[in-house]
Amino acid sequence: MQQKKEVTAKEEKTVPARYFMPNTDIYETEQALTLVMEMPGVEKKDVLVQLENDVLRVEGHIDFVKYEGLEPVYSEYNVGHYARRFTLSDKIDQDGISAELADGVLTLTLNKAKSALPRRIAIS
Amino acid sequence: MATLIADPFETLFNLQQALDTFRQSGWLGSSLSGTGAYPPVNVFRKGDDFVIITEIPGIGKSDLDIQVKNSSVRIAGSKSIDYDKGSLHRRERSAGRFDRAVTLPVRIDADRVKAEYRDGILAIYLPRAEQDKPRSVKIA
Repeated sequence: MQQKKEVTAKEEKTVPARYFMPNTDIYETEQALTLVMEMPGVEKKDVLVQLENDVLRVEGHIDFVKYEGLEPVYSEYNVGHYARRFTLSDKIDQDGISAELADGVLTLTLNKAKSALPRRIAIS
Repeated sequence: MATLIADPFETLFNLQQALDTFRQSGWLGSSLSGTGAYPPVNVFRKGDDFVIITEIPGIGKSDLDIQVKNSSVRIAGSKSIDYDKGSLHRRERSAGRFDRAVTLPVRIDADRVKAEYRDGILAIYLPRAEQDKPRSVKIA
């Protein structure tokens, strides 16, 4: 079993809670780059995807109110919010990013910029 | 040093600390289903009853099989990841078949067990069997 990786932030946090790094798969097709991130317990309204200075920041917040009244007796993993950042190259069309969340899996589709798409060159 | 932390962050911090305390505790250690299995589980107590919570993101409800017998719960299923026609740059998610059993120290009322799968989290509510609950004895 792989353990959840904790996020070690470079900057100081003002909140004592710990963040975790979502397990991410990245794959590329001719048209786009797709990021698939596992964020169990995160609802649609609690996902934050921000793009600033070529850095894509993804955060997912869990609703820990559900754990109220529950007394832990045995634990194999810890719960917490999720955070991860990705630096994008200029081959990504920054206006063409779409996100989708299903069953705790966030899928981000990053369309490639026109200049990065494969082209067929005709012989004159 | 006493620190004053305002809600609601306090609750999550407290929860994380509480979970850390019981992390890998010997509570279920003597059973065959030790640690290290997938999916990782957290067990909570709620009054007389128990709640098993586990993270299995990206699976369909129909791919899960949950069985309860006496004091054991079996969580089985398969998770598939399918990226057709893509070249993979990074692979961190795991997929495949899983099957694990958790044995609780109390008998469970199998008829009243409820399971819920939402946002990649499976929660199984396990009520303690009535005949297993302690009875107070009146002194004659």
